[in-house]
Amino acid sequence: MKSLPRFLLLTGGAFVAGLALLGVILAVLGYDPGAAFRALVSGSLGSWHALSSATLVRATPLILLGLGFSLAWRAGGLNIGMEGQFLAGAIVATWIGLHVGALPGAVAQPLVLLGAVAGGAAWIALPIFLRQRFGVLEVISTLLLNFVAEALVSWMVLGPMQEAKRTYPQSDLIAVSAQLAHVPGGRLHAGFVIVILIAIGAHLLFHRTMAGFQLRATGLGPVAARLSGRIPVNRVIILALLGSGALAGLGGGMEVSGVTYALYQNLSPGYGFTAIAVALLARGEPIAIIGTGLLFGALEAGAGAMQREAGIPAVAVAIVQATIIIVVLVAESIGRRRLRTISPAGAA
Amino acid sequence: MSRKPEAALELVGIRKNFGSVQALGGADFVLHPGTVHALLGENGAGKSTLMHVAFGMIAADEGVIRVDGHPVRIDSPRDARRLGVGMVHQHFTSVPALTVRENLDLAGGREDGGAAGFLSGLDLEARVEELSVGQKQRLEVAKALATGARILLLDEPTAVLVPSEIEELLQAVREFAASGGSAVLITHKLDEVFAVADDVTVLRKGVVTLSGALQGETRESLAKAMIGEAPPSATISRLATRDLQLPPAVTIQDATVPPRDARSPGLRKASLVIHPGEIVGVAAVEGNGQRELMLAVAGILHASQGVVSVEQPTALIPEDRATEGLIPAMSVVENVVLGRGKDAAWSRGAWLDWQAAERVGTDIMTRFDVRAPGPRAVIATLSGGNQQKLVLGRGLSTQPRVLVVENPTRGLDLRATAEMHQHLRSAAAGGVAVLVHSSDLDEVLLLADRVVVVCRGELTELSPPFERGRVGQAMLGVPPA
Repeated sequence: MKSLPRFLLLTGGAFVAGLALLGVILAVLGYDPGAAFRALVSGSLGSWHALSSATLVRATPLILLGLGFSLAWRAGGLNIGMEGQFLAGAIVATWIGLHVGALPGAVAQPLVLLGAVAGGAAWIALPIFLRQRFGVLEVISTLLLNFVAEALVSWMVLGPMQEAKRTYPQSDLIAVSAQLAHVPGGRLHAGFVIVILIAIGAHLLFHRTMAGFQLRATGLGPVAARLSGRIPVNRVIILALLGSGALAGLGGGMEVSGVTYALYQNLSPGYGFTAIAVALLARGEPIAIIGTGLLFGALEAGAGAMQREAGIPAVAVAIVQATIIIVVLVAESIGRRRLRTISPAGAA
Repeated sequence: MSRKPEAALELVGIRKNFGSVQALGGADFVLHPGTVHALLGENGAGKSTLMHVAFGMIAADEGVIRVDGHPVRIDSPRDARRLGVGMVHQHFTSVPALTVRENLDLAGGREDGGAAGFLSGLDLEARVEELSVGQKQRLEVAKALATGARILLLDEPTAVLVPSEIEELLQAVREFAASGGSAVLITHKLDEVFAVADDVTVLRKGVVTLSGALQGETRESLAKAMIGEAPPSATISRLATRDLQLPPAVTIQDATVPPRDARSPGLRKASLVIHPGEIVGVAAVEGNGQRELMLAVAGILHASQGVVSVEQPTALIPEDRATEGLIPAMSVVENVVLGRGKDAAWSRGAWLDWQAAERVGTDIMTRFDVRAPGPRAVIATLSGGNQQKLVLGRGLSTQPRVLVVENPTRGLDLRATAEMHQHLRSAAAGGVAVLVHSSDLDEVLLLADRVVVVCRGELTELSPPFERGRVGQAMLGVPPA
């Protein structure tokens, strides 16, 4: 990113503004902002445990789904259905995880994750088909399939995949061999490393390969890309959307095999939507997504601590997140407008 | 002071900088009532900027605006309309799904504005999407008048029109002036200036170099004021190097190409042969199937029947450089890669060697005089002429056997136009088969060795002489006498 210093300044400034606003609102409502901020920091960065077991664990799906959104977005597609693909991936991962107890971890874990990838890709296949065949906007179809996926999970954990005891709406724990390695004594799992590698891979894809160039060209200038006669625009969009769904599905699989070890209702606290903000804030740049994913992961981790230690509802950090997004979007659009009036397209 | 009638619009000492770039350096402009005033200048001379100041779209750094002799503040297009100033922009602003009448109502609904001249022959109940380009353009003018405008600012209104449409539009502008209105016509075309204008102002680099009555001016004097030297001759003759002995580079036989959109008839049972070194001009009114012909030869569209056999590689210079030829948000080098694809110069398996691509980009910039800070400059910051030179240079850098060119000089100034023509001629002289279409018929006739006409999907080859009136009739489907 050429404007990196400006980007950091803007995001940092927006972040501070969001915190300030949160403090004011908490003070007005009679909470102790000092205690709130202490909990926010201690719960996200205050200790190795907070950092690794809370912040990084939260950031893992946010970064991964942010990359997923970016993959489609840079090609001109809008995948608003990552929440659904995440759940579809989680269902498949759980099912495989329940059945691979006999296999060694080196086989079981890749199987689980590949299954999740396939699940996420399958969940976006219908929107892709509808887009290709009937021109249905994927914004709508992917969004609507989120609700179907939620219902499907509910049905699964109350029906075919419910635990053997049939007490709670959840699945049994997946086989130990299917669980991802994690830091001893903590919750940080191998998925985080995989996600960072995927981010680096996405960066290389976008900026160092012909395929990535074709993807960006398709997103920025679909007509020119098609008329160049060198870019199979349609295939690029299909593959980008498929990849987007696959990454979201992988996120679901990692959550099951790395964190929860079982399928639940409400498995995702809105990762699929928060990740859109994570990706847009980073302008779809994979390396920047690591940064914004960590920021939002830290905020969510800190929010949990704030609720436990200061008695302030965790959703209060949504104020900070919203402020960041609004400030950055407004600053961007002002910047764009200024650009537009300065260069009247060369024709004068 | 003499007792001359007050000027309808007067701009005095208008100064405007964009950052460190001076767009207008104290420009004066006087529009007399009841006249048509041509505003001339190369790309980037400040014509549009000056008119945008008058229309309240751009705030001047310095200067005074007077309407009917009274100093006024024009801070927005709304202020301008209130003062009776209307502007017609380069792009259409009508709602395609609504009727002509509904669009007029949307614009302001004043029926008294003398719009009749511009609406003649227009069905008020027709939906705008069904109108021809020329009719749409006249509707744009009528909309400006519907706001009660007595002063019309027309920003290159004829750029997208065919000759007969241009004539109709200019005729209506004249009538508007005859009825007491005043009009500013921004244009590149000297013919139009002499056809319609009373007064002329020429801008060069933000400064007025010529201003006054058109009477007594010549093409040469105007061109000199525009570019500051004798214009590069537009009629450099080319040695006829085409060699009919060589096998044809393009062979089309009874080819049918399905229409790209509902408004086009597509191309039906067309046959055409182009030899290396020939420039074949395609004369056609927009939307008659010529686009299908061009894109089929370029390999973008495919014939549903018949044969389209084209020697490779081919290069396409598409109609609209900003959306079809280039991706404005990307850099020069990225746009080079866009046009040439998986080229051995920078392809390393799946990887892309940007440094190698930048060397190619820099080379193209040097050879075709593309002025930009460097290969990483974003296309949107380049002038139209430099963008077009990049498109052409990129195409020629693949050493094509066949060059397909659509509207190569749309929106370019005289110098850039002459350069572009020279490049096309020397490509042909070097043995490239060139197929060129322009909505400016004069450009087709100027460049072409042979002329074909596409009308309602039918391709017809004309026999010489390629005389304007004859070709124009064929374009409109009038059978030769």
